[in-house]
Amino acid sequence: MDTSPNSAPTGVRGKAVRAGDRIFRGLSRGSGLALLLIMAAIAAFLGYRAYLAVSRDSVDFLTSFEWNPQGHPPAFGIGVLAFGTAVSSVIAMLIAVPVSVGIALFITHYAPRRLAGPLAYLIDLLAAVPSVIYGLWGALFLVPYLDGLTRWLDHYLGWTVVFDMSEPGSPARSLFTAGILLAVMILPIITNVSREVFRQVPKSHEEAALALGATRWEVIRTAVLPFGRSGIVSASMLGLGRALGETMAVATVLSPGFAFSWRLLDPGSGTFAQNIAAKFNEADDFGRDALIASGLVLFAITLLVNGAARLIIARRKEYSGAAA
Amino acid sequence: MAKRIDVSGLTAYYGTHRAVDDISLSIEPRSVTAFIGPSGCGKSTLLRTLNRMHEVTPGGRVEGKVMLDEEDLYGPGVDPVAVRRTIGMVFQRPNPFPTMSIYENVAAGLRLNGTKKKKVLDSVVEHSLQGANLWKEVKDRLHKPSSHLSGGQQQRLCIARAIAVQPQVLLMDEPCSALDPVSTLAVEDLIGGLKEQYTIVIVTHNMQQAARISDRTAFFNLAEIGRPGTLVEIDETERIFSNPSAQATEDYISGRFG
Amino acid sequence: MSRTDTTAPAQRSSRGGTADAGERPVGAAHRRGATDVRLAKRRLPRWSSPLVAAGSAALGCGAGAAAGWHNPVQWALLSALLFVAATYVLTAAVEGRRQAGDRVAASLVWVCFLAAVVPLVSLAWTTVRNGSGLISGYFLTHSMGGITNIQPGGGIYHALLGTLEQVGLATALAAPVGLLTGVYLVEYGGGRFAAAVTFFVDVMTGVPSIVAGLFVLSFWNLGLGFGPSGFAGSMALALLMMPVVVRSTEEMLKLVPHELREASLALGVPKWRTIARVVLPTAAGGITTGVMLAVARITGETAPVMLLVFGNPLINPDPFAGAQESLPLYVWNQYKLGNDASVDRAWAGALTLIAFVMLLNLLARAVARWKSPRGTGR
Repeated sequence: MDTSPNSAPTGVRGKAVRAGDRIFRGLSRGSGLALLLIMAAIAAFLGYRAYLAVSRDSVDFLTSFEWNPQGHPPAFGIGVLAFGTAVSSVIAMLIAVPVSVGIALFITHYAPRRLAGPLAYLIDLLAAVPSVIYGLWGALFLVPYLDGLTRWLDHYLGWTVVFDMSEPGSPARSLFTAGILLAVMILPIITNVSREVFRQVPKSHEEAALALGATRWEVIRTAVLPFGRSGIVSASMLGLGRALGETMAVATVLSPGFAFSWRLLDPGSGTFAQNIAAKFNEADDFGRDALIASGLVLFAITLLVNGAARLIIARRKEYSGAAA
Repeated sequence: MAKRIDVSGLTAYYGTHRAVDDISLSIEPRSVTAFIGPSGCGKSTLLRTLNRMHEVTPGGRVEGKVMLDEEDLYGPGVDPVAVRRTIGMVFQRPNPFPTMSIYENVAAGLRLNGTKKKKVLDSVVEHSLQGANLWKEVKDRLHKPSSHLSGGQQQRLCIARAIAVQPQVLLMDEPCSALDPVSTLAVEDLIGGLKEQYTIVIVTHNMQQAARISDRTAFFNLAEIGRPGTLVEIDETERIFSNPSAQATEDYISGRFG
Repeated sequence: MSRTDTTAPAQRSSRGGTADAGERPVGAAHRRGATDVRLAKRRLPRWSSPLVAAGSAALGCGAGAAAGWHNPVQWALLSALLFVAATYVLTAAVEGRRQAGDRVAASLVWVCFLAAVVPLVSLAWTTVRNGSGLISGYFLTHSMGGITNIQPGGGIYHALLGTLEQVGLATALAAPVGLLTGVYLVEYGGGRFAAAVTFFVDVMTGVPSIVAGLFVLSFWNLGLGFGPSGFAGSMALALLMMPVVVRSTEEMLKLVPHELREASLALGVPKWRTIARVVLPTAAGGITTGVMLAVARITGETAPVMLLVFGNPLINPDPFAGAQESLPLYVWNQYKLGNDASVDRAWAGALTLIAFVMLLNLLARAVARWKSPRGTGR
């Protein structure tokens, strides 16, 4: 981490003696400290609440497939939630990553140069839309439109278990739809980071490929994509982090259900975030603690994913120093 | 293999700004022709028009004709990509592909052309690296990343990459200016050997280098900053350096400006 | 090193072919570079691409309709497939396989771009079409008091008020802390404390909004026993806003050239004054933009508000006591009610929300461009 060399002036005056300097430095340092305290508090409070719940759980919290904290004894587990979160996120990534890379390539290499800025702005607009509005659009526009597609998939590709619907014709409120909606929502993030990466490819590499007589796509394949590979990976992970924690949009299109099934077109499943949103209002104290426990798991997962993304970015920075 | 280039009436623009104006000259096959002249006189721009790289720059365009033997490179229906496969280029700063090994770098052009057979690739890679005087130094680490090479070695690698696709002409844009004297010598020796097979055009800031390695030299100049560059004279190297026809050439050679 | 024995120039051996045969490096297997390779090849005319696109669109829609598909999305997919296939075949026949691959890549990239534009346009169109009916002066100035859930009528005033108050409080909490932390990291940074702070800012950036809500819940409501309030929501929103403000402040401060700081220090101005009077004002435009973009983002947050602010059909002007409404929460609640009247209201609320957020975004970018030091063109 390369920070500014501007530390407090030493030398003739010794340490920062002026009151103003001390106060200011203290204030800014204190803000940093406040941040750390907040983080610690988050961990503590959430952990405590989660512990209260999980310690009284009669089944394995991490693997069981029911959600019944009101039961006697209480039995709840995040198996379905983990599955649903993973599946919807994976579907989102499978769709979003190639399309985002395509859009990023479009903006940097294919679009008329003067349009590159406005086009990037257009994609940014996608990022600015609040998730509840995505949810509204998803529920009232996307779901009805996907009915036809899901029926088609079930009809022609039903032999693959994933596309087989238990009841063809049921509304498309499934993990599949959630995945598609999430894909649209994480497109802007992946596109933006990828775009930055592609812009940073040194022109000399592209020119070297051009001089060998490469077509535009061959230049991209030879010089741009290999150079930007790790950047694309970290962009994807940032998008993944967002998809994992998305609450409202998923809550509108996914009908709640606690069945574990590989039939991705069947309505009814749950993700961590969606489950909390759906069950929160009716939960009693203990139920709420159980939901908090699941939230803690979600937090841990997103931490890991984001951490990995930043690691990749950091390592890439070292590398590209040599490849300047 | 090597061809001659005849440029007639070439003017190169960046947008509306004229970089070089009405250039006409001939490049003899199987020889080294050097472009010399003060900074900003457009010699690099002119070089880049010869393999249609100039139009890659935003706003770059060209008027005039560049004939490669019987064909106009800027004729209707000519694909710039095809031109660049025939006319290779080596750049000022060595630019091997950083994510590829030495072998893969040299083979890059061949792979793009669709050559897939390992035996063919192997032999072409070996031969190109030999042609670039690099084979002995890298033959035991062909599959190591190219970034481990020194600057001079990287530049020779770029030359190997360029000649692997057997171009008719090789353009070199100040290939030694980023290299130390020892590497420069190695590259100059290499150029002397290469000219028996290729037509070579080299842009150089270094007059002594031009005097050393080129057969013919073209001197470019501009009237003043902001005006386009023009060709002052082109002749056999010995004549340019001992008995130039134009006063401006004489002034430049003797260091009165530059 | 001497080159005086340069071979005589001007060998007019323009016929390189036969003379070179002996020097041809590799065997006949390597057949590139025939001396009379012609450069001008057949090329597809410029108008061929749009023509093929139009053709595939027509064919795709026609075939889709004939097969009984009613979904324009399916027609579009079919057309896209036809376009790519036709492009490849045509180009391969006329220009060669490498060009064909190039063209297919280009068409795929175009398809990707359209795939992004379509949802955006659809979203905008749907929201405007469904929401504009209800927008009126009445709608914006009345709450849901007195209106049962199935009745049409009512408005979003209470939600607007709630959002403004909650976002305002959140900004008041997050902006100073975030700003000062950013200042600390850039101007005083280095050392393990700063490394820890930076690390945790990164961690905070990844907190899902619902987890932020859960945290404040367990701390403020369950731990300290307070009930729902706008302020509780503000705290969660501030939590989400803080790391964004820190990062953008950092970036803006790093853009301020060192020479500026050094000039001020060399004049004997103390460091804190340098920061407050020289550095911050220079970065002010960018920092403001960063804050505004963060505000735009939290304005649309529903999850934590749902947990903490709870929702309230009546106007509650006091953010510190009692449940409030917020605009995104209103949209959510009305949607959940599910009847025609409430869904209409949801769309109208959504339209207002999106207009508000877009306005903030545009303003933020305008500020960035206006205040950018010497136009650091982005």
